[in-house]
Amino acid sequence: MSATTTPDASVFVAETKGGRITDFVDQRVGGSGILREFGRKVFPDHWSFMFGEVALYSFVILLLSGTFLTFFFDPSMAETRYAGSYLPLKNVEMSVAYSSSLDISFDVRGGLFMRQVHHWAALLFVASVSVHMLRVFFTGAFRKPRELNWVVGGVLLILSMAAGFTGYSLPDDLLSGNGLRIIDGVIKSIPVVGTYISFFLFGGEFPGTVIISRLYMLHILLVPALILLMIVMHLFMVVVHKHTQYPGPGRNDGNVVGYPLGPVYAAKAGGFFFIVFGVVALMAGFFTINPIWNYGPYDPSPVSAGTQPDWYIGFVDGALRLMPGIIGNWQVEQVWFGHVFSFNVLLPALVPAGIIFTVLFTYPWIERWITRDNREHHVLDRPRNAPTRTAIGMAGFTWYCVMWAAAGSDLIATHFHVALNDVTYWLRALFFIGPVIAFIVTKRVALALQRKDREIALHGRETGRIVRLPHGEFIEVHAPLDEYKRYKLVGFESPSPLPAVPNDHGVVDKKEKRRAKLSQWFFEDRVAPATPAELEAAHGHHGGHEAIEAAESQKTLSR
Amino acid sequence: MGNHSDGSPNHSGTVATAGQSEVAKFQDPGIPPHRLRLADTDPRAAKRAERQVALLFGSSVVGTVIFLVAYFAIDLGADSTIGTVRLQNALLGLGTAFAMLGIGTGIVHWAKALMPDHEVSEERHAIRTEEDRQAAVRIVDDIVEETGIKRRPLIRNTLLGAVALAPLPALAIFGDLGPRPDDKLAHTMWAPQDGKLKRLARDPDGTPIKAADVTIGSAFHVIPEGLNEMHEGKLDEKAKSVVLLMRLNPEELNPSPERADWAYNGIVAYSKICTHVGCPVALYEQQTHHLLCPCHQSTFDLTQQCKVIFGPASRPLPQLPIAVDSEGYLVATSDFHEPVGPSYWEREEHVRNNNA
Repeated sequence: MSATTTPDASVFVAETKGGRITDFVDQRVGGSGILREFGRKVFPDHWSFMFGEVALYSFVILLLSGTFLTFFFDPSMAETRYAGSYLPLKNVEMSVAYSSSLDISFDVRGGLFMRQVHHWAALLFVASVSVHMLRVFFTGAFRKPRELNWVVGGVLLILSMAAGFTGYSLPDDLLSGNGLRIIDGVIKSIPVVGTYISFFLFGGEFPGTVIISRLYMLHILLVPALILLMIVMHLFMVVVHKHTQYPGPGRNDGNVVGYPLGPVYAAKAGGFFFIVFGVVALMAGFFTINPIWNYGPYDPSPVSAGTQPDWYIGFVDGALRLMPGIIGNWQVEQVWFGHVFSFNVLLPALVPAGIIFTVLFTYPWIERWITRDNREHHVLDRPRNAPTRTAIGMAGFTWYCVMWAAAGSDLIATHFHVALNDVTYWLRALFFIGPVIAFIVTKRVALALQRKDREIALHGRETGRIVRLPHGEFIEVHAPLDEYKRYKLVGFESPSPLPAVPNDHGVVDKKEKRRAKLSQWFFEDRVAPATPAELEAAHGHHGGHEAIEAAESQKTLSR
Repeated sequence: MGNHSDGSPNHSGTVATAGQSEVAKFQDPGIPPHRLRLADTDPRAAKRAERQVALLFGSSVVGTVIFLVAYFAIDLGADSTIGTVRLQNALLGLGTAFAMLGIGTGIVHWAKALMPDHEVSEERHAIRTEEDRQAAVRIVDDIVEETGIKRRPLIRNTLLGAVALAPLPALAIFGDLGPRPDDKLAHTMWAPQDGKLKRLARDPDGTPIKAADVTIGSAFHVIPEGLNEMHEGKLDEKAKSVVLLMRLNPEELNPSPERADWAYNGIVAYSKICTHVGCPVALYEQQTHHLLCPCHQSTFDLTQQCKVIFGPASRPLPQLPIAVDSEGYLVATSDFHEPVGPSYWEREEHVRNNNA
């Protein structure tokens, strides 16, 4: 700012070497404000917060290994004859892309290792993004003020799948070529513009000669750039909001309890990067992933049975398998007004994924509308303490898993020696009833766990020690909880259904009536947290023997 | 435990209790007291932890050495086998894993055993102050007011129109990403060329097939004669024209009247491209005469003109009409009468044109 920086700076002289370096940087770029803000910023600690870190770190590994691969990969689809060192494919006609992928695997030192690191890290990336989102959903971390960050996370999930799929197709081997063929078939089923999109994407008829280089550009430039942008937004919002924390003694919506960024949290998080890298390296060293040399170059004629797409595409592929093409004698594909509507492809390809992502993106607002809860939440819910939300999540998760399992229907059939058709019939049934069963079971389990918590809070922990009283009665000794452990079990909100509220004109409109009904459905089954009065009563009941409690049921289910 | 029954409601933090019955709740006891670790009280334990961390860092150095040795000592020369590649890959993985895990576990152990483990509580600040919010709203209102956009709808509407149309050129320049589809999907190279019928040839070597070579129960993967000699667009043509050839007992086939002469002596040819999303229908069950697509398990019945009997496909596989030429080779008497492969918007029109 001022021209006389140098003489002024000598007012404060740092004494340590680290201090002098900090001072040097600060005088040039002025970072002391940032350091003061972040140097000791408190981060809550929990193992489930590491999924997001795994995602970030596997993305870094992807950038590192991917850069190495670009130095050797050639995305051309020109015809060539293989001249590398893998004998079974010697002189076989193939595309330059496949040939250079083989060269990376066999003729570039460490190339196979890098390819496998890249592929494993990609699988881990999508997996950790997904699990991280499940964690955020089940703990209610998406609630105000974090709705937008939840949406950014959803976009990241879609982008990570896009990155995975475009990369999967690049080696131009038989397996990935068949994957592209399926994509082409799905695109062609889109009404009106499908054929054009297919021709524009492939630069003519399938497979054409341009698709690999186009996917390559998307894979190494556009998609990673978007992912990077989203990650920056994601982390920026994490800083603005500060991290959520699990409920417990000393933790509330007004504070953050945890370790300071420097040194403990930074050391743990930084060290964790190396651990993730090490585990990926171990997998890449010892577990073969995508052995493209076994599949051969892409050829539209052969195909091998029992092949699987990468796991994150499985649910769409499974949905495609589950849809019957003919129901009774009725063809699902219809010709209307002289045009083809391939509902047998269109519905399974678009509808389940469409529903999952629509619900995912809008859920924070749906729940906020039903509960009329407009407060900020920084303390997480234990999943059992939000039974209906947890049940909704498990219903969706089960639905996804049924479709995912369907992608392996042929493997299930051969592995368990059952008829393939029966596997498909069962999965078709589960597609509809699976989520319903999951919803009911999950909700009951959550309520049962809440009751268990109540019981432990009021009567203490079972010690397994049986005592015979002087008058002959046998009782099990219960050890009372300390106040910190008890607070963890009782310190939660249990909202009751919120009846319809009249609007400004004093009228309860239809929408509000619907909301009240949903609120009833959301909160009608509830277990209230134990209160001090109940604890008192539970103790008084046993004549003041604090340490000795009968295992008599004291559950009170309030409605 | 009586100190918890004082009945005071818990008002710590910002938790409002709207919609909740105001019963007495447990008081937040605050952060649990800090417990000292062994290394905090016993200098020998601290020293031991220090040595463990150093050992872990040391194992990382060993890992780096393993990597370098594996990288330089194992040569991927011309005589290297897949075994050599695998060995080097395993050692590179092992080396990297040790190098990384050594550093990672070392740092984490250091942080957990030796760095201070006091949990700290920090106040959460509001994302924005009420004063800022009001000022921001005022600024936005002022800006909108000064543009006058609300008072001058002509400006607003013409701007909206211009902005809505401006991206059109951007869409248009993507128009050359590929050619127009026209009727390319409606034809394959099975169509007779210059009056000469195309022979059926073996996939992949391209030798023509004699009817006498096709025994009952056998199946052939077939391409059109001349496909292998193509240079441009070979895979594009192959992706449409691959065919499965099978011979059944003639009485097991139940051809419809208009297809009575499409088979020869129980030999039938069907498109190999699945009518679902285009995978090759590569599996032939000899006993049941079913064709199965391994991608999504669509099943077609040969004895019913490849009608769909299971799975997601909705249409039968198109049949290629075949006969035998003067030298005894199988030939296609015409192209497919309908487009092969997955359905598309204009397909019905192409079917009509092909049959006209």
